[in-house]
Amino acid sequence: MTTFAPAARGTLAARVGTPSVRRVRRHARTRTATVCVGLVVALAVASGVALSLGDYPLPLAELLATLTGQGTTASNFIVLGLRLPRVLTGILVGACFGLSGTTFQCLLRNPLASPDIIGISYGASAGGVLAILLLGWSGLLVSGAALGGALLAATLIYAVAYRGGLSGYRFVLVGVGVSALMVAVVNYLMTRAEVFEAQAALVWLTGSLNGASAGQLRTLALACLVLVPLLLLAGRTLLVLQLGDDVAASVGLRVEAARLAVIALAVVLAAVATAAAGPVGFVAFVAGPVAKRLTGGSGPSLVPAALVGALVVVVSDVAGQHLLPFQLPVGVVTAAVGAPYLLYLLIRSNRAGVGG
Amino acid sequence: MSAEHVEPAASHRLEAQGLVLAYGDRPVVDDLSVAIPDGRITVVVGANGCGKSTLLRGMARLVTPVRGAVLLDGKSVHRTPSKEVARVLGLLPQAPVAPEGITVTDLVGRGRYPHQGWFRHWTAADDEAVARALEATGTTELADRRIEDMSGGQRQRVWIAMALAQETDVLLLDEPTTYLDLAHQIEVLDLLTDLNRQRGTTIVVVMHDLNLACRYADHVIAMTDGAVTAQGAPRAVVTPELVQRVFGIASVVVDDPLSGTPTVVPVGRHHCAASA
Repeated sequence: MTTFAPAARGTLAARVGTPSVRRVRRHARTRTATVCVGLVVALAVASGVALSLGDYPLPLAELLATLTGQGTTASNFIVLGLRLPRVLTGILVGACFGLSGTTFQCLLRNPLASPDIIGISYGASAGGVLAILLLGWSGLLVSGAALGGALLAATLIYAVAYRGGLSGYRFVLVGVGVSALMVAVVNYLMTRAEVFEAQAALVWLTGSLNGASAGQLRTLALACLVLVPLLLLAGRTLLVLQLGDDVAASVGLRVEAARLAVIALAVVLAAVATAAAGPVGFVAFVAGPVAKRLTGGSGPSLVPAALVGALVVVVSDVAGQHLLPFQLPVGVVTAAVGAPYLLYLLIRSNRAGVGG
Repeated sequence: MSAEHVEPAASHRLEAQGLVLAYGDRPVVDDLSVAIPDGRITVVVGANGCGKSTLLRGMARLVTPVRGAVLLDGKSVHRTPSKEVARVLGLLPQAPVAPEGITVTDLVGRGRYPHQGWFRHWTAADDEAVARALEATGTTELADRRIEDMSGGQRQRVWIAMALAQETDVLLLDEPTTYLDLAHQIEVLDLLTDLNRQRGTTIVVVMHDLNLACRYADHVIAMTDGAVTAQGAPRAVVTPELVQRVFGIASVVVDDPLSGTPTVVPVGRHHCAASA
């Protein structure tokens, strides 16, 4: 048993011990940085493919010329006017979902606790559909209604699941119930709607980038500019919250206030993304675990999760548009990839007997 | 056990005054006043449900008092900024659960939270504090290992290392030995004694083993039904009468052959012919 180094010998002990702590920390940092660089490169490649493919295919040279301001009228219109807003919207939506999902999963220490499983995204959908079909709203008002719906769903889950503390398992169970409720609201409204209205509202059910426009992109980008730095700042708080309420309070965190603030940020991020592209299923759900697998870390890996989310959405959208003879909305593709992972998780947690 | 205490670098007074702690309507700690001796090891003992863990949680501001106060250097811990308290007073809760996949260095490093600000993140001082905590708990060689791959004893040492990295002068531990085998119990208690003697850290431990409590404690607080029944040096306090009152069981108290501290031998209905 090693004895404790007294203060007088502390410097020596520290000199002997520090390199190993530094080495371990540096190793983790280097790996995270490498993963981030790799993801950025992959995202750039995927975006390039998304920008060049289509009814009017552009070779790489022409694409680069267009992006640097030397394109023809036609290529300017197609790349800058149509494809770029779609790709950028995809990137931001994916990043928002990735951040929101990994935040929820870390906070509640449960891989099932992502906004698309526990009904936050569908809460936003219900708000959006209600605004379009019942109130006849459009534009920013609909986004506002989506935000309201997401916050309402989150409040409902929090109020029902809270019992002098928050158990991740209860939160998820209540969330699945709320999710079903929100989907029911959307479905009910759809059955009462006129056909062409229902068509417009359909995006709120599956998630699609078809409606991506420069104006909508601007709103999304502005929201990201405010929310993402805030969430990254809260990252250290999240590391402590992850240790459980007792330990978090012991190291000096005001647990309830911190948790509410972090949850609010994650809910707003999911709502903003849903308002832009609908509830693109399973992106929030898979981004965090994939990022964690890549970095090998145990923390929230916020930046890698955002990049994975962005990559998943961009790649899925390319696949949905060009892989099959007919086009699929991005939400259908992500669901096709994400659903098996959900099943895998459920089966694994059942075998381990942990129940999530 | 010869006294070779070092005076604490900074002495901090922790006390409870007329403290009432409750879960819902049921008071668990009732109008309790107690002062924790500085730079000593205090062990809180009592039957299940007597409120000893709740008292510890209340002192570490994990439970908000219904009435009364917990004072750290004369200031209420519930009215002092949380991080400020956490730089002086640390608590290792009962059976904490580590996040999946976390490494030793990562976990121990999170104990540095109260020493960091919103923008001033990780510094060389944090590295050194983590290295010292690992060395003190003999976990340096485990630095890059994952918690879930370790034995219970190793895990508990890592959690203690996290509490040490917080570098508080007062450290509260809620049943740190409960899930450990005998060898690991001794290891943890020896470690706490090292910490107390070499650094002057004030230590308060809640534990069940009365005999180990008597051996390692400078000061024993015995609780019954949310109140202090007796307190003082183990030799002065732990008697068959006290054991009867606190645990409701007859016993014989003999001397520990190694430390000379009281050892409680309980009387049961079987195998106890000699006691009659």
